[in-house]
Amino acid sequence: MLSRVANSLYWMSRYLERAENTARLVDVNLQLLLDHAPLGEDTLMDQWQPIVQSAGDEALFYSLHRQATASTVSEFLVFQPENPNSILGAIAQARENARMVRDQITGDFWEELNRLYLFLGTAKARAILRSSPVEFFQEIKAGSFHLQGLVEATVPQNEGWHFMRAGKYIERADKTSRILDVRHATFPAHGTPAAATQSEALQWAAVLRSCSAWDAYKAIYGADVQLAFVAEFLLLSEDFPRSVRFSVEMLNRSLRSISGIGDGRFSNEAEKLAGRLVAELQFGTAAEILEFGLHHYIDVFQTKLNAIGEALFQTYIFQPFLTPDNEQLQQQEEQQQQSAAE
Amino acid sequence: MLSPNVPANGEVHPLFERYNCGTYFDEMLSPEGGIRPHYRSFARRLQDVAPDDWVQRRQAVDALFLRQGITFNVYGDSKGTERIFPFDLMPRIISAAEWEKIEAGLVQRITALNLFLHDIYHEQKILKDGVIPPSYVLSARHFRREFVNFRVPGDIYIHVCGTDLIRDEKGQFLVLEDNARCPSGVSYVLENRRAMKRTFPDFFAEAGVRPVDHYPTELLNVLRHVAPGGVSDPTVVLLTPGPYNSAYFEHTYLARQMGIDIVEGRDLLVRDQHVFMRTTKGLRPVHVIYRRIDDDYLDPTVFRANSALGVAGLIHAYRAGNVSLANSIGTGISDDKAMYYFVPQMIRYYLDQEPLLANVPTYLASEDADRTYILEHLDQLVVKATNEAGGYGMLMGPYTSQAERDEFRAKIVADPRNYIAQPIVSLSRHPTYIEESGVLEGRHIDLRPFILYGKKTTVIPGGLTRVALRRGSLVVNSSQGGGSKDTWVLARNE
Repeated sequence: MLSRVANSLYWMSRYLERAENTARLVDVNLQLLLDHAPLGEDTLMDQWQPIVQSAGDEALFYSLHRQATASTVSEFLVFQPENPNSILGAIAQARENARMVRDQITGDFWEELNRLYLFLGTAKARAILRSSPVEFFQEIKAGSFHLQGLVEATVPQNEGWHFMRAGKYIERADKTSRILDVRHATFPAHGTPAAATQSEALQWAAVLRSCSAWDAYKAIYGADVQLAFVAEFLLLSEDFPRSVRFSVEMLNRSLRSISGIGDGRFSNEAEKLAGRLVAELQFGTAAEILEFGLHHYIDVFQTKLNAIGEALFQTYIFQPFLTPDNEQLQQQEEQQQQSAAE
Repeated sequence: MLSPNVPANGEVHPLFERYNCGTYFDEMLSPEGGIRPHYRSFARRLQDVAPDDWVQRRQAVDALFLRQGITFNVYGDSKGTERIFPFDLMPRIISAAEWEKIEAGLVQRITALNLFLHDIYHEQKILKDGVIPPSYVLSARHFRREFVNFRVPGDIYIHVCGTDLIRDEKGQFLVLEDNARCPSGVSYVLENRRAMKRTFPDFFAEAGVRPVDHYPTELLNVLRHVAPGGVSDPTVVLLTPGPYNSAYFEHTYLARQMGIDIVEGRDLLVRDQHVFMRTTKGLRPVHVIYRRIDDDYLDPTVFRANSALGVAGLIHAYRAGNVSLANSIGTGISDDKAMYYFVPQMIRYYLDQEPLLANVPTYLASEDADRTYILEHLDQLVVKATNEAGGYGMLMGPYTSQAERDEFRAKIVADPRNYIAQPIVSLSRHPTYIEESGVLEGRHIDLRPFILYGKKTTVIPGGLTRVALRRGSLVVNSSQGGGSKDTWVLARNE
């Protein structure tokens, strides 16, 4: 597979996952505020500011908006053309990448992605977001599910498919950890947090909802929403498909399928780092993480995840080639050595 | 003026109300007002389609094209706007007998052009025998003297040719120009057909329309045919300038249909005079490149040094015979409009045959007598720059101001080799649905058939019919308000 094609498939899939997660995050926060109304302006700021921070585009946000409010943050995260990570921006970039590999993806996939993109550009999309945000975000999520379903149901599970999976899961691991980190201001620096207040419980529930984890969480922990449990579930769950551990395991599996190397070994830097991170998540406990400090742990985790992405790029996409001049130089140097040895 | 035109059965379809053939050759209706024989089967089926239904189906097709992203990028539009190439549901129909003549004429033409290219890059007999004044060839901007005496793979220069045909007021087909570099538009031929089959499935069986969807297979055959010797299973790729090119959709479409990789210049590299592509598993050899990039951009070390689209060393590999290019380097000269003037002579010279398809009468500005005539009749002629395509660099005499004509006059005098002139041919018209009026109106059309030249010569039945959607306009280019139609070649005579 062409390196450029692999790169496009990987990023197409990452951007789709990014759009879906952003949709969920904004959706849940808008709904959460309905439970709180009426709130003073400062409290509202407290609600929206972390959302901006979690997207990692704070500087850009404040260059475009004065204050973090429901309307500025939704605009920034949904439609803002200047924000490449807004839902529209992410879908547009997914589509740009898809365009470059149109011969690799199915017609159905392209058409659905294109439809989603065209929808976001219409006045109707903006009207729906105003009148019925839930419906709007449902549309985005449904579009993403449709696309993921097509990938599962119609794409041969070859190298390209694994690059798409790698992109999807690295993005998902990153986003789940960021969403968990949204309320880090309330995390204790170390150790187990005190029992959650009612309003904190609502916030943790919102975090779970933002990861579509609410139902799955309740099935295990009941309605008792505590930060320690939420963190354990979102970081370490073995079988919840949006947990950090699950996502990194899937990423690791796809990396190994691309090269064909078995478990417990590695053939490149990306596999080495992914394998280590999987082991860490498999053999870590919530108590240790909290003792280490949840916010700090997530920070370190994200650095490790980025290193995997970088290594993947170095291994498969960016192949430094010798320029003809260097090659000639090397050849001549070798010839010189030979003649000297004779 | 004849109006309104009444179909043979006496019942006028509401879409034809107010239809007026004018003084033009109408493809569908004869001057007497009857439907031409090869359109009758279609016209009968059309009676079952009410205007509302027509409008609905039309919208469905537009929506389909938009959703499928069958769009082209508009150059010079900073927003990177994508537009669909407007598609008209009224098919252009060519009878079996007419097509037979066109096909034979096209085969004759591409054969002569390939012999011509071989000749001017080798013995130059046609110049020595005085059939074409050598200065025309040697001064041509796209004559690649670096490739004189270079033997191109399979001795084929033009593998894919798109020859533009028009029909004059008498209904005679004429050649307007040859596109022997990277002709585009074939994907629209294939997609238009798919859209029509979806929209009017029941029309096809009865009419007996010849299929077009074997084009990608035939193209791949041609490409494999010219693979370097000794390569039994050649790797063929399509080289695209990238997603921002207006024909990018077509590039991905053809690559997908042929099942080959679509590559950009940065995906390829040359080592030891062999071309490789960069894959996730390392370097993989490439043997045949269907390039959709002009000569000038192919290799920054040979041609344009600032080309970011090309591959350094590609020409070296080509000259070493390790990679084949389609079309070959140096075919641009046959797109030169001064060279076009000489194609009938080429046919006589190389094939000892009379041309089956005539040229539009042409005046060469570098011939004194012709130039005098051109300068005296600027208000009646179309003047064209010899090396521009896509309707650019043109002066449509009767539709211009004195100032514009004066400007062109100066250009012609300054650089006569760069200009030709032709009388304005009033292109044939075709009933075309016009949104603003909600009925069919006559609009000018042309035809670009696609010819493949490999082990055998194949012309896909029909080609791309382009239509000038603006009232009275003769310019059919998509960049300038043109649309397209499905083109039907009937399998049997009516």
